[in-house]
Amino acid sequence: MMRDATLSEATIMHFGLTQEQTLLQHAIRQLAEGELPPNRRRELFDEGTGFDADLWQRAAEVGLAGLVVPEEYGGAGLELLDLALAGEVIGETVFPGPFLGHWLATIGLARGGSDAQKSEWLPRLATGDTIGTVALGERGDVWEPSSWQTQTSGGLARGDKRFVEYGDRADLILVGTAGGGLSLVEGADRGACELVDPLDRTRRLAHLGFDGTPAETLAGGPEAAEAVCEAGRILLAADAFGASWKLIRMTVEYALEREQFGTKIAQFQSVKHQLADLAARCEPMRGLFWSAAYSFDHQPTERALEAAAAKAHITETAVEIGRRAVEIHGGIGFTWECDVHFWLKRTMFDRTWLGSPRAHRERLARLSNW
Amino acid sequence: MDLEYGPEYDALREELRDFLAEAWPRDQRERAAAHGIDPQTQRTFIAAALERKYLYSAIPVKYGGSEQPFDALRESIIGDTFNAAGAPWRLGAQGVGMIVPTLLEAGADWQKEKFIPPTLRGDFVWCQGYSEPGAGSDLASLRSTARLEGDEWVINGHKVWTSDAAEANYMFGMFRTEPDAPKHAGISYLLMEMDQPGIDIRPLRQINGATHFYEVFFSDVRAPADWIVGARGQGWQIGRINLKHERNLSGGSLTRNRFDSLVELARSARIDGRPAIERDDVRQRLAELDAKVRCCETLTLRQLSSAANDEPADDLLATLINKLYNTDLGEEIVQIGYDLIGDRGLEAPEDSAWTTISGGGPGADWVDRCLFQLAGAIAAGSSNIQRNVIGERGLGLPRDLRSRP
Repeated sequence: MMRDATLSEATIMHFGLTQEQTLLQHAIRQLAEGELPPNRRRELFDEGTGFDADLWQRAAEVGLAGLVVPEEYGGAGLELLDLALAGEVIGETVFPGPFLGHWLATIGLARGGSDAQKSEWLPRLATGDTIGTVALGERGDVWEPSSWQTQTSGGLARGDKRFVEYGDRADLILVGTAGGGLSLVEGADRGACELVDPLDRTRRLAHLGFDGTPAETLAGGPEAAEAVCEAGRILLAADAFGASWKLIRMTVEYALEREQFGTKIAQFQSVKHQLADLAARCEPMRGLFWSAAYSFDHQPTERALEAAAAKAHITETAVEIGRRAVEIHGGIGFTWECDVHFWLKRTMFDRTWLGSPRAHRERLARLSNW
Repeated sequence: MDLEYGPEYDALREELRDFLAEAWPRDQRERAAAHGIDPQTQRTFIAAALERKYLYSAIPVKYGGSEQPFDALRESIIGDTFNAAGAPWRLGAQGVGMIVPTLLEAGADWQKEKFIPPTLRGDFVWCQGYSEPGAGSDLASLRSTARLEGDEWVINGHKVWTSDAAEANYMFGMFRTEPDAPKHAGISYLLMEMDQPGIDIRPLRQINGATHFYEVFFSDVRAPADWIVGARGQGWQIGRINLKHERNLSGGSLTRNRFDSLVELARSARIDGRPAIERDDVRQRLAELDAKVRCCETLTLRQLSSAANDEPADDLLATLINKLYNTDLGEEIVQIGYDLIGDRGLEAPEDSAWTTISGGGPGADWVDRCLFQLAGAIAAGSSNIQRNVIGERGLGLPRDLRSRP
């Protein structure tokens, strides 16, 4: 995937997508259409393994694994906005795979790793041959770097990390440690591993226990850990945005099809207005995650604030949109056999992973000097 | 994506600062904030701004405009800068905002020459005769009539929600001239003088106790036969011309200003002896709204960007949603504000500068804001009509009852 050529265009304020970005989204939609037909998606959801090696392979071939890996390490060298736009479509298509953790691991390593660490890992992460992840959560719904307890001393890590995406499969794990830093643990060395029966069955989750596990400290850890958390908030927001628009479109289609009282239920103003309200709540969030993702690379003074706003607002609203989508689907919406819950559960993951809307709103308040 | 405006626009901002320092100095600002703006001060400011070509870029020089290629960024910077300084650059919305673009597109040459230049200077003030007691959301059911008698229209009926009727020199409006034609095809777009026998203007006392709107009664009111815009029976189409020009390039910054004043209130208000803003529940609500205000700002930015880059309106949905989203957010802001003022909310509203939907100074009374905000979901296309439009045009849901014959 080519770096976009904005510099050669006339420099005029542009708050919109480039052709390259639109093409990137299109490519992922096409991939999902080809590789993830509804019956396969359901199979994967029922299996609940959240992983299909062929699917990951195909996604990696399109370049998705290395989107933000610097070009010198074999990646596409794109920015967080590009990554968030890809994440939007991953959410929209409930594409199973280790994208979130893998992407965050590439960001953490690129920002905080030594040249040797980067040279060793980034090229393999860029091709997707190596799967990366980040281990951030700890017991007690703890996600903040300043609250991490996992200890490292003498090159050994001790502590528990919870709800690690693909924690059982990843070849490289960036572990958040006490003091807000990051350490690198190789998958082969991972200690105790307990698989979670996940709500969102398009993603795999594990609890990891380190008990003297070999771990290399990342020199730029604290700064990289902040970046990983901020990027994570934005990517969850983008994922939830993609999922919630899809929920609205599915519900519109259903309302145009389903008949009661002798007419399509879309004909009823109560249903039309409910759908209009959902669209009116959803669409304005697009600019919020665009802006937050743009700020991540270009407006350092804004980025923490915007990431907090996007995470809290978009993931919370997405869950509400999902709940109303179930409501409009009626009885069928309440069943396991109706696909709507794939997307609803995706948004519930987005809302909870990396901390609740409440936590991010308090951060926003602090950053605003309220 | 590139949010840098570039050196040309940085220079413009600087130029505007210098201009305002001279044309709208601090003592004038303070006087205006305390006592309002008198028409002469406004005329002087507009003349100075027009001389620098800051205003009326879409209007030919021969009609008193500054006639420049459209530059959305320039317009938005000028508007935001003038708004932030409280400069009196906006004349009544009905004149520059509505009748001028309508005449430019559909008026006869003599109409443009006669009406546009004095309107731009602030010498002609207009009011709008659209809504009637029986014709609100269903405007095309209007019943006020105009009958051609010799070389004059003879007008009878009743219009409501007429802003500025008492100050206006002229009215433009829709009247039924073809009683036998179908609903929409029987309407013509007429102009008339307000200062004449047969016009009875009565103030409407609003829910907040203020009188900003009027109702106007017509009994055998006269207008020359050629004071019609477009042809007989075309009034509905003429009235919709404005909709095409509607661009909301300042919605985001106005909503941000309102939210900022809510934060100020939360800093000064005390609950149980300490500033409200230190309370967890208040911080949570403010943070929730802050994200929504950011959504508003980016909606505006998206529209500005597509206008500036001459991109097709592929953001149709974003445009359709604008008003409903701003209205709902405005509701949330005033309700939190109302809670924060505590028992002051038991007292009637003070007179305040909060008299227009888009305005309201930082000092505006929160009881008044709380009441005036109710207009948001009613005026200029009610929220329920907006929901129909979003559902039908935005989501492709079936048309509503109103379109059935």
